[in-house]
Amino acid sequence: MSATINLPTILRSHAGGSRTIEVAGSTVAEVFDDVARTYPKLAEQLASPDGGLPVFVNVFVDDEDIRYLDGLDTSVGDRSEITILPAVAGG
Amino acid sequence: MIVIHPQILEAMVVHAENCHPEESCGLLASDADGAVRMAYPLTNTLRSSTNYTIEPREHVKALRHAERLGWEITGVFHSHPHTQAYPSPTDVKLAADPGWLYLVVGLEDRNRPVVRGFRITDGRIEEETLTFEERTKT
Repeated sequence: MSATINLPTILRSHAGGSRTIEVAGSTVAEVFDDVARTYPKLAEQLASPDGGLPVFVNVFVDDEDIRYLDGLDTSVGDRSEITILPAVAGG
Repeated sequence: MIVIHPQILEAMVVHAENCHPEESCGLLASDADGAVRMAYPLTNTLRSSTNYTIEPREHVKALRHAERLGWEITGVFHSHPHTQAYPSPTDVKLAADPGWLYLVVGLEDRNRPVVRGFRITDGRIEEETLTFEERTKT
């Protein structure tokens, strides 16, 4: 399975400045494992100590928020678009 | 100096008033020339008078709308329902992108909303001069 990750500006420096990267995997977790092999610094931004998603990162598969699907077990289809967005928050 | 159309200013202020006493929030999109073209009023999932988090699914919808028009998301706006239009320590701590414009709508005096703009980089706050007028076509 080959999918595309759309990266926000803030994370592109961890992927050689690329706006998008091509990844392999049939779930979001597998895709992130693939990211870790090629872009370990980027993968660090997508991991939390408890093994889940960091609170301040939102991940969408084909524009669906994976928190409302199966989280990291959400299926990724061939040619799926995975979009990563930083949570926008303040006080 | 950043030029903001009066209708965009109005959209941000009206959203702040509608959400009062909770904080309002939304995203800004700019065109290829860097001109602010849209303020997307979005939902504060925290429903709080002191904090905000933009609803992520609305964030991605705003992003797609901006992309369809050849724009980029270049900033965020939110309100301070009871305090001045200046970034709070939480705003500085959670600033998502140093390239973004951070607009704050201050409703300390509800009869006189104040909108100010800032860049937040590595904990440093720098104010941007805002001008609220229609763009001059060249």
